[in-house]
Amino acid sequence: MSNKIHVSTKVNGDEVEFLCDPRETLLDALRDRLNLTGAKEGCGTGDCGACSVTVDGRLVCSCLMLGAEAEGKEIATIEGMAEGGELHPLQRKFIEHAALQCGVCTPGILVAAKNLLEKNPDPTEEQVRYWLAGNLCRCTGYDKIIRAVMDAAEEMRGAA
Amino acid sequence: MALDEVKPVVETGESYDSNKEFKYVGTRPNRPDGLDKVTGRAKYGADHAVANMLHAAVLRSPHAHARIVKIDTSKAEAAEGVKAVVIGTDLPEGLTGGDLHLQENTLARDKVYYDGHAVAAVAATSALAAKDAVKLIEVEYELLPHVIDVDEAMKPDAPVIREGDQGPTVPEGMHPNVVNYMEFGHGDLEAGFAAADLVLENTFKTEATHQGYIEPHACVGQLGEDGKGEMWVCTQGQWFIRKMCAAVLGLEASNLRVTPSEIGGGFGGKTTIFSEAISLALSRKAGGRPVKLVMTRSEVLRATGPTASTSMDVKIGMKKDGTITAGSVEFRMQGGAWPDMAPTGMALNCAFASYDMPAVHHVGYDVLANRPKAAAYRAPGSPMAAFAVESLVDEMCRELKLDPIEVRMKNGAKEGTKASYGPTFKQIGLMQTLEAAKAHPNLQAELGPNQGRGVACGFWFNHGGETSVTLALGNDGTVTVSAGTPDIGGSRASVALMVAETLGIPYDHVRVNIVETGALGFNEPSHGSRATFATGKAAVESCNQAIKEMCRRAAKKWGIDEDAVEWKDGAAHPAGPNAGEFPPMTIKKIAQSMGRSGGPISGHHETTAGGVGESFGTHVVDVEVDPETGKTTILRYLVVQDAGRAIHPSYVEGQYQGGAAQGIGWALNEEYVYDDMGRLQNPVFLDYRVPVASDLPMIDTVIVEVPNPGHPYGVRGVGETGITPPLPAIANAIADATGCRMRHLPMTPVKVLKAIKERVNG
Amino acid sequence: MKYHTPASFADASAIAAEAHGVTRFLAGGTDVLVQMRSDIVTPEDLIDVKHIDGVKDITQNADGSWTIGIAVAGAEMTEHPTLGQEWPGLVEAMDLIGSTQVQGRATLVGNLCNGSPAADSVPAQIAAGVTVTVTGPNGTRDVAVEDIPSGPGRTTLQKGELISALHVPARGDNAGDAYLRFIPRTEMDIAVVGCGISLRVDGDVITEARVSLGAVAPTVLLVADAAKAIIGTTLDDAALDSLAKAAEAACSPIDDKRGTIEFRTEVAGVLAKRTAKIAYARAKGEKV
Repeated sequence: MSNKIHVSTKVNGDEVEFLCDPRETLLDALRDRLNLTGAKEGCGTGDCGACSVTVDGRLVCSCLMLGAEAEGKEIATIEGMAEGGELHPLQRKFIEHAALQCGVCTPGILVAAKNLLEKNPDPTEEQVRYWLAGNLCRCTGYDKIIRAVMDAAEEMRGAA
Repeated sequence: MALDEVKPVVETGESYDSNKEFKYVGTRPNRPDGLDKVTGRAKYGADHAVANMLHAAVLRSPHAHARIVKIDTSKAEAAEGVKAVVIGTDLPEGLTGGDLHLQENTLARDKVYYDGHAVAAVAATSALAAKDAVKLIEVEYELLPHVIDVDEAMKPDAPVIREGDQGPTVPEGMHPNVVNYMEFGHGDLEAGFAAADLVLENTFKTEATHQGYIEPHACVGQLGEDGKGEMWVCTQGQWFIRKMCAAVLGLEASNLRVTPSEIGGGFGGKTTIFSEAISLALSRKAGGRPVKLVMTRSEVLRATGPTASTSMDVKIGMKKDGTITAGSVEFRMQGGAWPDMAPTGMALNCAFASYDMPAVHHVGYDVLANRPKAAAYRAPGSPMAAFAVESLVDEMCRELKLDPIEVRMKNGAKEGTKASYGPTFKQIGLMQTLEAAKAHPNLQAELGPNQGRGVACGFWFNHGGETSVTLALGNDGTVTVSAGTPDIGGSRASVALMVAETLGIPYDHVRVNIVETGALGFNEPSHGSRATFATGKAAVESCNQAIKEMCRRAAKKWGIDEDAVEWKDGAAHPAGPNAGEFPPMTIKKIAQSMGRSGGPISGHHETTAGGVGESFGTHVVDVEVDPETGKTTILRYLVVQDAGRAIHPSYVEGQYQGGAAQGIGWALNEEYVYDDMGRLQNPVFLDYRVPVASDLPMIDTVIVEVPNPGHPYGVRGVGETGITPPLPAIANAIADATGCRMRHLPMTPVKVLKAIKERVNG
Repeated sequence: MKYHTPASFADASAIAAEAHGVTRFLAGGTDVLVQMRSDIVTPEDLIDVKHIDGVKDITQNADGSWTIGIAVAGAEMTEHPTLGQEWPGLVEAMDLIGSTQVQGRATLVGNLCNGSPAADSVPAQIAAGVTVTVTGPNGTRDVAVEDIPSGPGRTTLQKGELISALHVPARGDNAGDAYLRFIPRTEMDIAVVGCGISLRVDGDVITEARVSLGAVAPTVLLVADAAKAIIGTTLDDAALDSLAKAAEAACSPIDDKRGTIEFRTEVAGVLAKRTAKIAYARAKGEKV
């Protein structure tokens, strides 16, 4: 008899549902049940942040939540960051500043940075670095990433 | 495009503008794949799914060294959802040499050689079903004694890991674990040391580190009973993967089509295969169903290819005025349980490469250990060599009270220097990097208590290699380039810039696709810092071929000689007033009518690219060391490196900063930790400690350009040199801050505090 | 594995009491999911406690004490307007665990019940005198947090028991707490040594103190001798040296991939001094 759990949830504003094994993580469900492969599994232990999403506005590692725990929640992934085809300032700034090389950490970092700027629109360099400490990047040494986030924050403050 | 005589240009930071004479080369446009990568659309190794797909899980040895007595897969085969099980003896026999080693590492045959060595694999209808089933495989092992440390592995009583792999140059009587020996040098070493005022010698050690790419290895393999198959895989080199999988499975390489996904980092670790062939073997056994195999992080750390751990002796002679008179090194390196994997040879070649020395002598040993099969990690061998040599040079500078930059300028390699490893350098940029470092404002920053500054130089040969590129003209006058080197750091943008420049068309009229093995002739991987250099060079030649054809079409249309047509600013022009009065024929115009004027227009170029230019770098780092805990904080970091010509300066800076960051991790915290049973203790990012964003400051960069005459735009590879100076630069800075010379990496707080206490206690 | 979402503590306790095989409770999941993924534990029954009333609440009671729900995440503690003003050490300790993402889920109770000797929030909990209510088949009981961990990865909770609330004492006047840890990087590491101190002063003189050390013994320690070393003093250099020695003497650490015995012992002394200075400054009303 199937052990699968039926989950109804909201992802990037859309009502969705899926069946998952109780042991599947939210990351597994997003990638394998909903085909949203933007969030990546870099470690499976909550150490790299490549799987970052927000759940009810809270930044989390989706590899540290079960798919079953998504029931009734609102989840936002990288796929929902550009609204109606218009890139979020962070996405634009990342391209402008060459803040990505291989790009695999980029979705997680963008989701995390967006959450930071929603909570603190004027962070210092140190605050950005500590906020993003759970997002590993092996390619860039973080320099251009931090510059892109600070620049996006400045643009967003100006537009506000 | 002829290379003009260009004076070396040195610029700093964001305002850098490579060259006013180029329209596209040297600018910073958006990379063509940027949109896909910031929206989550880009597809990496694990992002691919196909119909009827199975999922693989791998059973790995928990022992460092053991004989496999028996494997019973029956319970796994009977488990829910399982469609295939494979073990080592399912793979063909009769392989030799490197192919045999790849096969043994894919699935152990009668022996396991390291903790994590794959023993069996399962394909099932879900990842969880595969994971559960793999636990049902019963393996009986006969434990053997193991050895982990490189020096221990050379001792007479060390456990023997492999028999019969000792190379012919290894001296008589050395332990079978010593599989290769090299010795070379030039000049009169004795006389050199005799002429010195100070001769110092010391031993330096480094631990194994991993490339640490954020994306674990992943592939989807499909292999039918007819021996034809396909693979989607994250790789630095799809042709290498094809060749290696075919060899391991006894297939014709031409029957395998390998498609590269986007790649989430490689740094050398994805130029070879680890578990990829397993997906094909499982697929064949499962009746040709595609099999997805994704490694977990702990599998990546346990069972892919870290770099060597090393034990190095260095001896240098220096005069009071800083002249280096002689140098000798002996390097001992382990590359895991297989021969030919330790980077000893390259390390030796790099050891004194930055210096012009009358006498040098190098001895090196490749040693086996019960550790995973090593792979290339960004300038393999060079960081370790630099740690040893640049640390000792720094020690000597301190003792003789000489400035470390001045000593390097006094002895530094230049054009015409006979390199320590043999060839004579053509134009190189070491001196220019030293000058630029010296002039940088970071050198003026005042140092406070417990703070110190360190300097070191680094080097990498760079590489050309087999390259094939094709480009095709679209009816709208745009150009699509098919290239074979996966884009790990922005090389699509660099190739597009060079094509735009050569053809004289807008940058965003050039598309660059990284194609599968069936679509081009052979390409070596994106390794050896070759992508922008070699793919770029071949792309430029492909443009030249297309230009020739487009001029021919114009000439035909105008009724003039082909020689009377030249290409300029994206159009064919009559070459001079005698050719005739014709308005320029733009690429778009030629493209629109190419079907009628002779057919589609392409250009292609295949080569084993020569004309490689070496890249030298100088790093300066300021640190603060907490005297009560031994913890090191990086305050300032400067990378100065010769790029030849920076095609896209932002991505050149990115290579500099990324290499520095990996070097910082390697210097301070990263290492493979084993227990006394030879099991890896830190196979997760929690305890394999790569730098996080809050660990690092902004990394200042200066791009020096001493153009490489061997490339149409003067390009030198830049990807690897940047990881070489950080290890010694940081050791030198810690010595400056604490008075303690650290000779064993990583320089963790535990080690540094111990050194500080020993120094304080006398 | 069966996934349960009980609506009450009594139901959660009953499921656990009747379960065969391995049972785990799921609050934040930042330990349990990692252990499941790495095959360290495969529960037959996973009991999600987040559907029970009150588990997400932070309440200050009339007497000034606090009741913290068992599923309150570290980030929620940090965002609370007043909890961190009264108990900065406790909130900072919890805030140090993992990354921002982990903070979005991890809980005090989970950190406590995971039983790691290096748990960051536990020295601060012990120093603060935190107690927990345990609900089980035999009713409820209140327990000091230092009596929960019994060894690496183990607690004194019996089958069917789970923690149902966490109680932080009223801060009172002229008091302050602090937590420091030593890690090799700046974030993302397990504590090599952790130190939590809470103290109260009368003028310049320390009248009450609790000193707790983490990662230097099989469980987090409450070090009475270290407290004695500073009670009745103005935290002068002599008192600090005495504190450091007492901290070092209490250590019985191991050599492992994170630190040596020698290093942990030495740094325990260093951290005790640094932590005491911060707690002392806070008790005297300075903004640190």
